[in-house]
Amino acid sequence: MMYLQARESRKAWLDWASPVIAIGLTLVFSSMMFLSLGTDPIEALTVFFIQPVSTLYGVSELLLKATPLILIGIGLSFGFRAGIWNIGAEGQLVMGGVCAGAVALALYDVESLWVLPAMAVAGIVGGLVWGAVPALLKTRFNTNEILTSLMLTYVAGLFLSLMVHGPLKDPDGFNFPESRLFHDAALLPTLFEQGRAHIGFVIALVLAPVGSYLIARHLLGFQLRVQGQAPRAARFAGFSQAKLVWLSFALSGGLAGLAGMMEVSGSVGQLVPVISPGYGFTAIIVAFLGRLSPLGIVPAGLLMALSYMGGENAQISLGLPNAVTGVFQGMLLFFLLGCAVISEYKIVWGRK
Amino acid sequence: MDYGFLIPAFQSIIIASTPLVFAALGELVSERAGVLNLGVEGMMIMGAVVGFAVVISGGGGVLGFAAAAAAGAAMAALFGFLTLVMYANAVATGLALTLFGLGLSALVGSQFVGLSAGAFGKISIPVLSDIPILGALLFSHDIMIYLSLATAAALAWFFRSTRAGLIVRAVGDDHDAAHAIGYNVVAIRFAAACAGGALAGIGGAYLSIVQTPLFVENMTAGRGWIALALVVFASWKVGRVLLGAYLFGGITIIQLHVQGFGISIPSQILSMLPYLATVIVLTVISAKGIQARSGAPRALGQTFKVTH
Repeated sequence: MMYLQARESRKAWLDWASPVIAIGLTLVFSSMMFLSLGTDPIEALTVFFIQPVSTLYGVSELLLKATPLILIGIGLSFGFRAGIWNIGAEGQLVMGGVCAGAVALALYDVESLWVLPAMAVAGIVGGLVWGAVPALLKTRFNTNEILTSLMLTYVAGLFLSLMVHGPLKDPDGFNFPESRLFHDAALLPTLFEQGRAHIGFVIALVLAPVGSYLIARHLLGFQLRVQGQAPRAARFAGFSQAKLVWLSFALSGGLAGLAGMMEVSGSVGQLVPVISPGYGFTAIIVAFLGRLSPLGIVPAGLLMALSYMGGENAQISLGLPNAVTGVFQGMLLFFLLGCAVISEYKIVWGRK
Repeated sequence: MDYGFLIPAFQSIIIASTPLVFAALGELVSERAGVLNLGVEGMMIMGAVVGFAVVISGGGGVLGFAAAAAAGAAMAALFGFLTLVMYANAVATGLALTLFGLGLSALVGSQFVGLSAGAFGKISIPVLSDIPILGALLFSHDIMIYLSLATAAALAWFFRSTRAGLIVRAVGDDHDAAHAIGYNVVAIRFAAACAGGALAGIGGAYLSIVQTPLFVENMTAGRGWIALALVVFASWKVGRVLLGAYLFGGITIIQLHVQGFGISIPSQILSMLPYLATVIVLTVISAKGIQARSGAPRALGQTFKVTH
């Protein structure tokens, strides 16, 4: 059998080797999955990871899908460092999208540069308020934030459905559960001629180093890390746990809400019953793949965005079920978590 | 007024509650040993798809539920390996189990669209089921409902009155002490996690084989998470898990009936009720503070590392 032996000193390169090993293992195991589905693995991997980004349009779509993943991943990395688990980012994204969409529809006739900022504020507030509920329950009543934030995700999805079936439904839309198409003033400016990549990606790129600075150099990041690794030490040092919970949820909720605004404004252009293919959950994987460091989250977000596109592409050209994406993502998270151990422990074969 | 509809309503409450009973009992076993497995949703949905696959291909109900239990246990074993052996973060690993399970079940289940497992037989207990009203309420259910109650009774007895149950609780309360007197903490936790996974798998299969009887992507719809909340609600006590599960089944069915009566509340608001009720109940329980949490295994969710 094998056992784990604590390393005497941590090696920095191992921190980064473990995600790479995890990606490698995921590729090996997904090749086996493709084989069992009767598809040539080399062809499948090409269709999955190379074809989607072989055109400029594809690259643009990649950036489009990576934007919400990176934004939410950055937000989540703060709380996750402190053992504060907001896993309801999907619901916060949806509420941000609903609020931003409502503003876009309320300002339907307004052609002003202020429409987009107003939508962004509405989106952030929507996500923040939705994230504030688990934070309030956690700090006031010590209610488990994992369960409450997740339950509220289901409520948010139903709320969106209620809105597009009712108050926000297109009056001329033949009773389809969709809102009106937003006006041009409510659509995010795109980056390239081709594809839908929008200015939100640039915002995500700017926020990443800011986030990394806060975590690595600022007192806030230090407090979060101490809270996560040694809660008793954090208490003795007088760090307020309640403050950290509020901050983590405000950051992750606000950024998820902003991502929701970008989805309705930059990707869809109207409110529809489903505005996200699970970005809020995938962002959890993104956060871990990026080792909970905002700068690492950027490439992690791009990789996971690629897995969404690969799944769609494989569905079209190989006839594989779209669910392959979910399997791939889940597998990657397993390997990431399993491999994380090598930065602190040596795996030794044999008996103790 | 005719109260005849109450009997089918009661029966549908029991049917809606049974997946929660199995899954929450499973999580209770796991948590009593100190293993906080947040992947119930993933284990349930794997049980649902595997059980359904076996029944569809003619394996029959018994084999279907057995396969579902094995699938749930296999998922739990994966969780156990990562968290107990590889010291992976339990919260994140539980999430991974859920994401992976939802993905894999959708992949496997994509071939079952539009298929039905067919009606699952009810067992009417002779004589007793002929009693007016009571017979229909208590003595003419399918065998899995009786099995869920038997499981609850067996677990209550196991934890209260057996030596093995005491050892499992010891491991969940103080792993260092249990290790010091010579128990293999990792092996016991691993076994408890697998048993919990098997029950979650059966709960999921009850959805796809008996309740609907279909397989649909994401069909567990948060029941795994509600099962986790039920264990907290129940203060880790078997009897209260049953009570909680039937309460939640009741809420689910009542909102369906309200929709059926044509009361003009939008269906989405009614569908929110089980989720909102979970949040409220959790808050009320946790607001009571230390007294309510006294039932929690003291080493719940803590990583055990052998140092000597």
